[in-house]
This record gives sequence, C-alpha cells and structure tokens, in this order.
Amino acid sequence: MQNRMKFIILLAMTFASAVAAAQDVKIGMITTLSTKAGYLGEEIRDGFQLAIDRQGGKLGGVGVELLVEDDGRKPERGKQIAERYIKRENIKIITGIVFSNVAMAVVPKVVRSDVFYVSPNAGPSQLAGKGCHKNYFNVAWQNDNLHEVTGKFVTDQGFGNVYLLAPNYPAGKDSLAGFKRYYKGAIAGEVYTKLGQSDYSAELATLRATKPDAVFFFLPGGMGINFLKQYSQAGLSNQIPVFGPAFSFDDRLLKAVGDAAVGVHNGSQWNHDLENVANREFVSAFQKAYGRTPTLYASQGYDAARLIGSALEAAGGNIADADAFRAALRAARFESVRGAFRFGPNQHPIQDLYVREVVKTADGGYTNRTVKKVFTDHADAYAKDCKM
Amino acid sequence: MLLLLEQILNGLQLGVMLFLMAAGLTLVFGIMRLINLAHGSMYMLGAFVAATVTQATGSFVLGLLVALPAAALAGLMVELLVLRRLYARDHLDQVLATFGLILFFNALVQLVWGRQPLFMDVPEALAGTVELIPGVPYPAYRLAIISTGLMVAGALYVLIQRTRLGMQIRASASNREMAEAIGINTPLLYSLVFALGALLAGLAGLMAAPILAVESGMGESILIETFVVIVIGGLGSIRGAFLAALLVGLVDTLGRAFLPTLLRLVLPAAAADGAGASLASMGIYILMAAVLLWRPRGLFPAPT
Repeated sequence: MQNRMKFIILLAMTFASAVAAAQDVKIGMITTLSTKAGYLGEEIRDGFQLAIDRQGGKLGGVGVELLVEDDGRKPERGKQIAERYIKRENIKIITGIVFSNVAMAVVPKVVRSDVFYVSPNAGPSQLAGKGCHKNYFNVAWQNDNLHEVTGKFVTDQGFGNVYLLAPNYPAGKDSLAGFKRYYKGAIAGEVYTKLGQSDYSAELATLRATKPDAVFFFLPGGMGINFLKQYSQAGLSNQIPVFGPAFSFDDRLLKAVGDAAVGVHNGSQWNHDLENVANREFVSAFQKAYGRTPTLYASQGYDAARLIGSALEAAGGNIADADAFRAALRAARFESVRGAFRFGPNQHPIQDLYVREVVKTADGGYTNRTVKKVFTDHADAYAKDCKM
Repeated sequence: MLLLLEQILNGLQLGVMLFLMAAGLTLVFGIMRLINLAHGSMYMLGAFVAATVTQATGSFVLGLLVALPAAALAGLMVELLVLRRLYARDHLDQVLATFGLILFFNALVQLVWGRQPLFMDVPEALAGTVELIPGVPYPAYRLAIISTGLMVAGALYVLIQRTRLGMQIRASASNREMAEAIGINTPLLYSLVFALGALLAGLAGLMAAPILAVESGMGESILIETFVVIVIGGLGSIRGAFLAALLVGLVDTLGRAFLPTLLRLVLPAAAADGAGASLASMGIYILMAAVLLWRPRGLFPAPT
C-alpha cells in the first residue's frame, strides 16, 4: 500500500515537472543533418537556433524549446519523426525540412493534424497550388522562384540562345520550367542528365558544338561542383557565360569549386550584403556565433524562427487558439533579413529577388556580391490554383 | 565528325578511369573469390588524401606520392583486419561486411574532413587545353588521365603475364590448394593483391579529384559502374575488365551525347529529350543485359 502511495506521489511529481517544462512552447525541427547534403540542415538549424539564442532562449518573448531530428534525406524517416513529435511530444509547430520529396511525404499529413508547418526551404509546387493548406507557411520561396529570377535576368542581359541543363528528376524539370517562364529567347539545347552524374564531358562537348550564347544549369550539390570545374577545365568559362540558381553557389560550396565559379551570376532571394538592419545584425551575429559566413539556408532558418516568434508574441504564447496564431503567422510582422516580406494568398512569400555574382574575397576565399534587384514583390505562379 | 572524335576521347577517358577501378576489383574477385563493395572507399580515400596534401603543400606530385601509399595501406589494413576472416564465408556475408565498411569509411571521412566537399585544382602544368583535334580544344588533364590509364593497363599486363609474381597470382587464381602445395605463400599474396587493388582505386580517386567534387560517398557512384564493367568483362579477368571498361565508357558517353539528337529524328523534341536522357542512363545496363544473354559469364571469363 505504502509503495503504491509512493509510486503515485512520484508519478504526480513527474507530471508536475513535465507541466512546468511545458510552459515553453515546443518546436519540432525535422531536417537533413547526415548524408552529403547534411550541411543544408546544419545551416538551417544554426540560423534558427541563433534567433532563439539572441533572445536568451525565447522567441517573441515566449520561452521555446527546439527539438531537432535528422531525417537522413529519407521521406519515411521524416514521417516517423513527425508522428513522434505530434503524438508523443504534443508539438504544434514543426519546421526544418530541406528536400521537397521529404516535405511532400510529411507536410500534408502534419497540417491535416492541426499542426502548423513553417517551411524554411522546400517549396514544391504542389503545396503552393492545389495542395495549399491554411496551416502550411513557406518562409523561403516557391521552388521555381530562383530559376525564374535567373531567367528574367538572362533575358534582360540580352542573351537569346541559351543552353539548359538539369538532372532528370521532377525538381530538375520544374527548374527548367521556372527558367523558361521568364526567359524569352531561343533554346539552344535542353539536356537532362542522370541524377548524381559526376562526369559531364559528353554534355560539355555537345554544348560547345551547339554554340549557345549562355548556359543555364540547375545541378544541386556535388553535381554542380563537378559541372563547374569541368566547364572551366574545358576552357568554356571565358567563352560562354554561365547562370544558375543560388543553390550551387552558397559560400560553403564555393570553397569546393574554387576559381571556376568566379564571375557566375546566380539568382537568390537573399545575400549577406543586403542593406537592412535585420540582415546586418544577423550576419554579424552568425559570424560571431559560428565563425563562418551564413548561407541563404541559414538566413531562411533565421527568418523561420523570427516569423514564429512574431506570431508567438502576437498570440501571447498561446497557440491553443489556432485561428489567432494562424492569423498572426499570416500577418508576418517581423523584420526579414531579406528586407520587404509578406505572404501571398497561398502563404508563400511575396518578395524581391536578386541576381548575385561570385567574387573572390581579399583573403583568397569566394563569396557572392549582390548585383541587381530583378523582381520586386514577386509572387509564385501557383498562387492562383490555391483555394483556401 | 569532329564532335564524334571528341566524344570518343571522352568515352576513352571515362573508360580508363573505370578500368583502374575494375582492375583491382576483378583481381580480388578472381583470386580470393571475394566480393568487395568497399573498393569505392579506397577511391574516396585516394581523392581525400590527395586533395588534403595538395592543398597543404601546393604540390600535386606530393599529393600523388602520399595518396597512393595511403590508399594501399588502407587496403592492406582492411584486408588484414576484416576481409581475411571472410574468405571462407559465402558471398552474402562478404557483401554485408563490406557494405558495412562503406558506411564506416563514409562516416570516418565526415568525421575527419567534415561534410564540406574539398577542393583540388588541376596541376599547373596540365591546366590548359590541347588542340589534338583541330578546332576542338581538349583539356590536357583529361589526356593525361587517358595516357596514365593506358600505361597502367600495360604495366598490369606485364606484371600478370611476364613476372614471377604474376605467375603466382595466376596460379592461385586457378587453383588455390595446388598453389599452396607448391610453396606459394598465399596469405601474403592475397594481402599484396588487395593492396595493389586499393592502390589502383586510390590512383583513380586522386586523378578524379581535380575534376569532381571530393566528398563523402563519392565512391559509390563509380562503384556501380565498376561492377557493370567486371560483369561484362567476365569476373576475374583483367583483359576482360580492360575491354569492358572502354566499352562501357564509350557506350555511356556516346549515348549521353547522341541519343537525344537521334531520337529527335523520330520523336517530338520534348519527348526526345526526356526519353533520350532516360535511355542514355540505362545504356550501360542494357549493354550488360545483352552481353549476359550472349555470353552468360562475360566476355572473357576467368578459367575456374
């Protein structure tokens, strides 16, 4: 009897302490920390964590607890983590997914379970158009945006015969579709390569033979490094200029590409040299905390955290009232590091988009310099299909 | 026409790269009957060590001099510590254990070098392009790869066919017990062959490093193609591996280069691009299936 009494008291105490800790709002992050692409998740996590640390463990004046799990780039792993977050940890805000295929597996189920999802990276078209949902917010971009801005820039620069190159998988095809939405000239060639291909000599020889006046490529990760190095070794970089989205030109990848990337123009929604107070604070705090220049992924993680913070502040830390919290998220009253920012009807960003150029720094490293704002208040092409 | 010649050069270059990988793999299989999935890890180690040393010292030659022994040493350690216990086991156990080694080496590389891909430049002397075919500048470095590969192939031929060591290797491959009975020290021979295979993989890795992203897991993509090569060539046969490697390199490169254009003749452009890309990436597997239908044991099967 006494033992049972003790047990009940112990149990009660455990619950009491659990309740005390639950004062903090739990945020669940599912992101990619392992595999070659692990640095993307690392950047997002570090940016997000920086926003929390800068407020001493709070976001918008509300204490938060950030849980981070690695999805290993696998959709089913992402699903399991989301389930655990929702059922066991009773989490109401999830964020962090890097890859669109993982997002497609996780997000629809999450938002249907009355949990908010704030995307700091992946922005598949399905979730921006017909599959949009009131609990889904994307604070980065719709996947096509960075290709669109490059397409517009290439047209504006007067190029009229462009060679296109992307891997043979859905995101590769979407990327070229995004580029062509704003590119008005002729297409010298459209080539889909094997996903994960390492040698591009065959494509480069064909490319040279077609004599385009510019090249646009979307080859994320190691593929882009391989392509750029081989492009320059083939002696093409001084003959035909190359363009691409920012994904192949973040500061961490540039180290592995070296001189071969210098002078390449790439489309992005953010750069570390954008002139606004929030960005200056972010870049210097990030450099101090982690000893490296933040990439666009880190800026997106930081913005995701600050968006959530602004909504927590407006809701007074009470996310039980989902409608009020959702309205606060939609209002997006936070200083984005990319300057002007608001949500469109499908809760994807309406934002300015830039073109940057890869330059060599004084200490022999490589980074990006903002060249030009190409789009002002740019919305994505799928918003019209979204019926919320 | 010039384009075809250039693409053939590209195919040759891919082919000799595959040969360097396949030679080690097929030797190990032919002699020890061991399937070694971790062969790609030696390629990766070669690339990482070469990139690190070259970056630190600024000398490609030093990178080469350190990376080759490093890969051979790593191969030797793997043979002594792990694979030696697996010779008597069946192939499934070997596949499982060496797959484990892949995971181990990938994680090790991430621990030591981090997740960020390394950078390695082409050596100064080979940085330019050469107009081997008039009007078509070709990267000098790729020509260097082709000639290195051909030289290694020649050296291997001499080693296997014309030296005492080669004779012992051939003897152990055709009959292990008999070779032991006439006094060949097979455990030592196995270690040597394994180290040689690792060295060749390391050489492929270090030559690939200036062209490719030096990153964890880089060995796997080439490993699959390497297996295709040794299956086509006939397991255990160096000669088969050489011809199959060139064949695979050419089929893959020419397929990628010309299939979409050829398909455009019969299909609308958008469909041709898509189908061409898919067919080109299947090309070497279709080739493998065809060869296996015609010769189930590969082009030049090793005598059993």
